[in-house]
Amino acid sequence: MFGKLTLSAIPFDQPIIMGTLLMVMLGGAALLGFVTYQRKWAYLWSEWFTTVDHKKIGIMYIIMALVMLLRGFADAIMMRTQQAMASADAAGYLPPHHFDQVFTAHGDIMIFFMAMPFITGLMNLVVPLQIGARDVAYPFLNSLSFWLTAGGVVLIMASLFIGDFAATGWLAYPPLSELKYSPTVGVDYYIWSLQLSGLGTTLSGINFIVTILKMRAPGMTLMKMPVFTWTALVTNILIVAAFPVLTVALALLGADRYLGMHFFTNDAGGNAMMYVNLIWIWGHPEVYILILPCFGAYSEIIATFSGKPLFGYKSMVYATAAIGVLSFLVWLHHFFTMGSGASVNAFFGIMTMIISVPTGVKLFNWLFTMYRGRVRFTVPVLWTIGFMVTFVIGGVTGVLMAVPGADFVLHNSLFLIAHFHNTIIGGVVFGCLAAMNYWFPKAFGFKLAERWGKASFWCWLVGFYVAFMPLYILGLKGMTRRMNHYANPDWQPYLIVALIGAVIILFGIFFTVLQLYVSVRDRVTLRDPSGDPWGGRTLEWSTSSPAPFYNFAVLPQVRQLDQFWTDKQDGVAYMRPNRYEDIHMPRNTGVGVFMGLFGVVLGFALVWHIWWMAALGLAGMVGSFLVRVYDRDIDYWVPAAEVERIERARLAPLQKVGLVKVALPADDEQKAA
Amino acid sequence: MSATADGMHIPAAHGHDHGHDDGSKTLLGFWIYLMSDCLIFSALFATFAVLANATAGGPTGRELFELPYVLGETALLLVSSFTFGLAMLNMHAGRRQRVMAWLVATFVLGAGFIGMEVHEFAHLIHEGAGPDRSAFLSAYFTLVGTHGLHVTAGLLWLVVMMDQVRRRGLNDDTRRRLSCLSLFWHFLDIVWICVFTFVYLRGAI
Amino acid sequence: MAASNHVSHDHGHEDAHGSLKSYVVGFGLSVLLTLASFGTVMSGVVPHHLMMPGIVLFAVAQLLVQLVFFLHMGTSPGKRGNLTIMLFTMLILAIVVVGSLWVLHNMNANMMHPTFPQVPTE
Repeated sequence: MFGKLTLSAIPFDQPIIMGTLLMVMLGGAALLGFVTYQRKWAYLWSEWFTTVDHKKIGIMYIIMALVMLLRGFADAIMMRTQQAMASADAAGYLPPHHFDQVFTAHGDIMIFFMAMPFITGLMNLVVPLQIGARDVAYPFLNSLSFWLTAGGVVLIMASLFIGDFAATGWLAYPPLSELKYSPTVGVDYYIWSLQLSGLGTTLSGINFIVTILKMRAPGMTLMKMPVFTWTALVTNILIVAAFPVLTVALALLGADRYLGMHFFTNDAGGNAMMYVNLIWIWGHPEVYILILPCFGAYSEIIATFSGKPLFGYKSMVYATAAIGVLSFLVWLHHFFTMGSGASVNAFFGIMTMIISVPTGVKLFNWLFTMYRGRVRFTVPVLWTIGFMVTFVIGGVTGVLMAVPGADFVLHNSLFLIAHFHNTIIGGVVFGCLAAMNYWFPKAFGFKLAERWGKASFWCWLVGFYVAFMPLYILGLKGMTRRMNHYANPDWQPYLIVALIGAVIILFGIFFTVLQLYVSVRDRVTLRDPSGDPWGGRTLEWSTSSPAPFYNFAVLPQVRQLDQFWTDKQDGVAYMRPNRYEDIHMPRNTGVGVFMGLFGVVLGFALVWHIWWMAALGLAGMVGSFLVRVYDRDIDYWVPAAEVERIERARLAPLQKVGLVKVALPADDEQKAA
Repeated sequence: MSATADGMHIPAAHGHDHGHDDGSKTLLGFWIYLMSDCLIFSALFATFAVLANATAGGPTGRELFELPYVLGETALLLVSSFTFGLAMLNMHAGRRQRVMAWLVATFVLGAGFIGMEVHEFAHLIHEGAGPDRSAFLSAYFTLVGTHGLHVTAGLLWLVVMMDQVRRRGLNDDTRRRLSCLSLFWHFLDIVWICVFTFVYLRGAI
Repeated sequence: MAASNHVSHDHGHEDAHGSLKSYVVGFGLSVLLTLASFGTVMSGVVPHHLMMPGIVLFAVAQLLVQLVFFLHMGTSPGKRGNLTIMLFTMLILAIVVVGSLWVLHNMNANMMHPTFPQVPTE
């Protein structure tokens, strides 16, 4: 009846997990109680869960990412603590099987459920506003993508308390991840949570490509598109091109585990190397999927706060596109040591070195943008400068390992761990937090408190170096990754320093949370009445903060790059048309929520081999979708009078300070054109 | 039809921006989806190619594949691609009854194809040449089976579309959806060309 | 939206949707090429070393036929977007397939995988 699921699946004998479960249950109960007490369920359901508004979906993605950042970081500091303790005769406090799950979960959560939702959330929030659109191309699909990703999150969190998680490393290489060597449900949780969220990611990739290609404001040609939108376009192309390969790799592993097939087994002709090959064909583009939107965010930030146009816009675009293609030609550098021979290794080594060139181009562009600019050292700029310094170090160690000979020494050592954290923390995490500080006012209508933002930045920056520089040294000394225990006591001092670094980062995270709390508390004084708190250059700053649900009352006309900046110079940025028009908008729908819910049912049932429940989950997903297919009431019109009321309320304070240029005399003329 | 009500509502200047039922947007998105599906098949073909010789002492393709049978499957799918094309021509001409007739024909042919494939798989498994016999057979069943699952999904979609055309006629929604399904169906025939060439014919050489 | 759609339907030019003639031609060519493919292997008249190049040639030809006659691919301005997207996909597809085969071939040869009995040549 319940497949492999019995009460013994809940690890009652593990005090750490049971303690966590208790805290999660108490916290969850408190949250649910609070929502019930405030009578906010109807509001949450109708305004947030069922929303198809890209801004709200973006906010939900980012909230999810921040929560998962806490979970992933808890894993990280557990590992650092274990390694700081478990030297020579001391065994530490985590048994090997638990430690293995912790590092696997840390990697998967940070990549799939922290970094991916964060950048997807940013793209959701910003891209339609930057291109002057009222929504994404497929608003329902967008909601569905979010709920599928959320379903993946639910599954991976469930693995903490019901059963176990994979103990294989974050990519679950076979043959270790085969049924023979990983007989528990851990790898199955891994497979289905990633498949569910991967489906969501692919769909949102398609959505954004079409949005950017088809829904730009009149006059915005591709080369007049803001850089962030460019990086989003390339990232989504990479998503659509790379994620199918991940889907296949995981499906084949699943076929081995569920159907007794022999793709990657040791016997019957299986070839485990094919899995490694496939997963990295996805895996290398994936790191650029994460970093490119962050590059875009840095570009916007540095141009805005330097008060100058971005230096080398075109080279930035070409560099982004070049990285996009080259990222598909370097995957083998993740397994130089696995025996492909000299010619193959040489090719991929050279390609890896080449891909660092366009990244270098970008770096010089940012530097030249700052050169002779009036740089305002706000929180986003601090993150950006911190990124530039940190990312270069990560890039240099990466090029070092692109030499196959050097890689044979450093492969799977802590040097590698230090390298990719150097790029992912220094690039992606810094980028996400910079972008959060930068675009927060656009989402909520008030700025984030500077002081705690700066405190958070300095803790992250210092903490990063203290935590990861020792790992470079340990890697050169020969310490490999994923060690639950080591015999060499010389390593311990470095690992204690690394733990101190992790604690400093913990303060950084704490200050981010504090920053959010203080900013919400002081939201009145931090309010952004103009909609343009930073002196922005791109279209998202031309509408109010927070943007109205229809984004733009009148679709902007674009003639050049940084149109909004030019409009402000010419004094025509805030025009009130003498006539508003009806606006066509998509209606909210709960189908996405139900499909995500049935997706969780399906995934959970497959993990535990509960076949009737799996059939129910699948039927539920297909059935919900059919309900949507037959639903004709999917859109509505916002009457012009309503638009006018909202716009008047917004423009009134601006008019007082003389920003609004009153009615547009040329309105009729413009319409004719 | 429902379209006219919307159509009257549209201010002239807003003629073609930001509608949510713009057919060209959906077709572009569906095309991109097909391309990502194409990459799923490319990874499966790559896996099949790598494992094609890994028979682990079990039967080889040459011993298992019956080409005349495969030719029969191919014929069904190819003809169904053609009948779907005829359905689309009638759709553009607005002839609803004929659209229905050709969709039914397409469904019957597609179902025949799936029937033959299921029979073939059952036969192989009965012979002891199931997907758990060797890496080669795992790759064979997965690649061909994935194509078969796609065709099955296409059949389900066909049923839904026949129902919608019957209830609602040929409006913007059903036209757009039929156009997407047509792309999907032709795409599956194109994948099948690669399947019979690189799996069956190459295996039989 | 709805209105503009109708306009495009009314003006629907032949090559956007295909015509009966194009479907018949495409179908006929596909039948011929399919028979040629199967005949190459089944008839026994084609020399063994020419079989593989033969069926690959016929497959590529039939792919092109179906793309043009059934999926209406072309280079007219309205279709260039889809064509570009497809060509990019073909590039990635080639990288995935050729790259995997190259990498795995070398690895199998060097690591003496059981499916690879022969001595590596490199």
